[in-house]
Amino acid sequence: MRPPIPVSAPAERLAASSVASSVTTMPLVLDAPLRRARITSALWWSLALIALLCLVALLAPVLAPYSPNEQLDIVALKNQAPSVAHPLGTDQYSRDLLSRMLFGARISLSVAMLAVLLAATVGTAYGLVAGYLGGRADAIMMRLLDACLAIPRVLLLVAVLALWSPVPLISLILVIGLTGWFEVSRLVRAEVLSVMKREYVVAARALGTPGPRIIWRHILPNVLTPVLVAATLGVGNVIILEAGLSYLGIGARAPTASWGSIFFDGSDAFQATWWIALFPGLAIIVTVVAFNTFGAALRDALDPHQLAGGNAR
Amino acid sequence: MRRYLVTRLAQSVIVVLLVTTISFFLIRLAPGDPFSFVGDINMSATARDQLRAQYGYNKPVLEQFALFVANVARGRLGYSQSMHRNVGEVIADVLPRTLLLMSVALLLSFTIGIVVGAVQAVRRGSWFDRSLSGVLLLFYSIPDFWLALMALLALGYWLPIFPAGGMIDQVVHDYMSLGGRIRDIAAHLVLPSLTLALLSAAGIARYQRDTLLEILPQDFVRTARAKGLGERAVILKHALRNALLPVITLLGLSLPTLVGGAFFIEKVFAWPGMGYVAANAIASRDYDLVTGSVIVGGIMVTLGSLLADLLYAAADPRLRTR
Repeated sequence: MRPPIPVSAPAERLAASSVASSVTTMPLVLDAPLRRARITSALWWSLALIALLCLVALLAPVLAPYSPNEQLDIVALKNQAPSVAHPLGTDQYSRDLLSRMLFGARISLSVAMLAVLLAATVGTAYGLVAGYLGGRADAIMMRLLDACLAIPRVLLLVAVLALWSPVPLISLILVIGLTGWFEVSRLVRAEVLSVMKREYVVAARALGTPGPRIIWRHILPNVLTPVLVAATLGVGNVIILEAGLSYLGIGARAPTASWGSIFFDGSDAFQATWWIALFPGLAIIVTVVAFNTFGAALRDALDPHQLAGGNAR
Repeated sequence: MRRYLVTRLAQSVIVVLLVTTISFFLIRLAPGDPFSFVGDINMSATARDQLRAQYGYNKPVLEQFALFVANVARGRLGYSQSMHRNVGEVIADVLPRTLLLMSVALLLSFTIGIVVGAVQAVRRGSWFDRSLSGVLLLFYSIPDFWLALMALLALGYWLPIFPAGGMIDQVVHDYMSLGGRIRDIAAHLVLPSLTLALLSAAGIARYQRDTLLEILPQDFVRTARAKGLGERAVILKHALRNALLPVITLLGLSLPTLVGGAFFIEKVFAWPGMGYVAANAIASRDYDLVTGSVIVGGIMVTLGSLLADLLYAAADPRLRTR
C-alpha cells in the first residue's frame, strides 16, 4: 500500500556502491550513549503499547460494555454521537461503537500477525533456498520473484477476494500472507549471499556438512535479524491492508467487527456520522505507529555497526 | 550500456508475460462467471449458457487461456460484459485519468519528500529533525483511505474549499471555456493527489534523509567545504546531487504503492480512473475487464521499475559500464 520502509536498503546499497566503504570511517555526530538511550526508550514504549493493545484485544469480552453485534435500540439509539453512555457513539444499527472497536482489535491484530508470520516463513524459506543454490536456479527464482513483485498487490488481492467472496477469515489470512512474502525473500537472499562467503560457512562446507544442515544451523540464525525487523514493520502494513480490504467489503465479513469493517460502516454517510469512520482510523494509526516504532528501534538496536560507526539514522 | 538495456528490456517482457499468466488463472479459477450477473434477473439458464458458449466461457480453462493469449497478442483484451464495450476502449478512456492523478501525486510526493528529507539531514539531531521524523512516522502509519475520507470530510464538507469528489463539475463543466475546464479539473485534483502524495512522501523523505546522511561525512563534501564554498553550494551542488541517485530507485519501488493507493483514493473521491473502473468490474464479475486492469497495472509497475533502472544507469556512470 505504501513504499516499504527501506530496511533492505543499507545492505543493498552497501553491496552496490564502492562509496559505502567510507561509511565506517564517518565521524560521530550524535554520541552513542544518547542515541542508545533514545533507541531503548522507543523500544520500550512501543513494546508496552503493543502489549497493551494485545491485552485489550484479549480482554475485549470483559472490557466491552455491550456485545459487539447487539442492536441496542434500532429506533432510539441509532447513529448516536459520542456521549457518556456510549463514549464512541453508536452506528446505524444502534450497535455500541466502543464495544465494536474493542472486539475489532481482535480481528485486526490477529489477522495481521498471522498473515505476517506466514509471509515471513514462506519468504525466508524461498530466500534461503535461492541464495543457497545460487547460479541458474537463483536467477530463475529471482525473475519469478520480480514478476510477483510487479503485480499490483492490492489490485490482485481485491480481484481474488472479491471474486471468491465471501471468504472465511482463515482464507483472508492465507491470501494476505501468501502475497506478502516477496520482499522478505529478497531481503533474506541478499543476506544469505553475504553470509555464504563467511569463513564458518566455508568451513562447514569443507567438512562435508550436508546442505540442509548448513542452511538450518549456520545460515538461518544469521539472517533472522532482518526478517524480524521486516516482519515487525510488516504488521503495520497488513493492518492497514486488512482494513482497506474490509473497507471494500471483502475482508472481514459483516457483522464481524474489524477496524476496517467499522470504517466501512461509517464511510457511506460520513458527513452525518463522522465518528463511525473517525475512531477506527485513529485506532489503526496508534497500532501501526507502535509496530513501526518498534520495528525501527529493533533494527537500530540489533544493528551494532550503526552505533559503533555513528551511522545515525 | 546497450547490453544492459537489452537484458533489462527482455526481463521486463518476461515479467509482464508472467503477470498476465498469473492474473489470468487466479481470476478465471474463481467461482462464478460474468453471466450470472448480466441482463435480466429472470433470464433463463439456457440463455445464460448460450452467452457462455458465445464468449467461450464453457471451454476448459487451458483452452480459454490459449485463446486469451492469442487475442492479447493481437491487441484484443476482450469484451467488458458490464460496460458493453471492448476492454481496450474502456482502459484507453480511463487510464489517462489515473495517469494524471498519479503523475501529479508522484511529482508532489518526490518534491515534498526530497525537500523535507534534505532539510532534516542538514539539521540532523536537532529538535526540528526529530519532530519532523515523528510527523513522518505518523503519516507513514495513516491508512490512505482514512486520510482521504477525513480530508474530504474536513475540506469538502465542513469547510467546503474543494469539490467533494469526482473529476469534473458534472453540471457546468461542458459549458466552460478551456481555461475554466482546466481549473475545474485542477480543483478536483487537489485533495486526491495531495492525500496520495503526503503518504508516499513520508517514505521518500525518510530515505532521502538517510542517503544524505551517508553522503555528508564523505571526503568530497569536506573538500568542497575546504575550498571555501558556501554551505548552500556544498549541500545543493555536491551532497544533494549525489544523494538523489538512490532516491531514483524509489521511483520504481513507489509505483506499485501508488497503483494500489490510487485504487482506494479513487474509490473515496469517486475519481473515474482505473481503480474506480476495476472496483466496479470486480463487483459485476466482469472477468475480462478485471484481468485487463490487473495486467495494465502490472505493466505500469514493470515500466516504472524499468524506467527507474534506466534513469539510474543514465545518472550513475559506474553502472553504465556493467
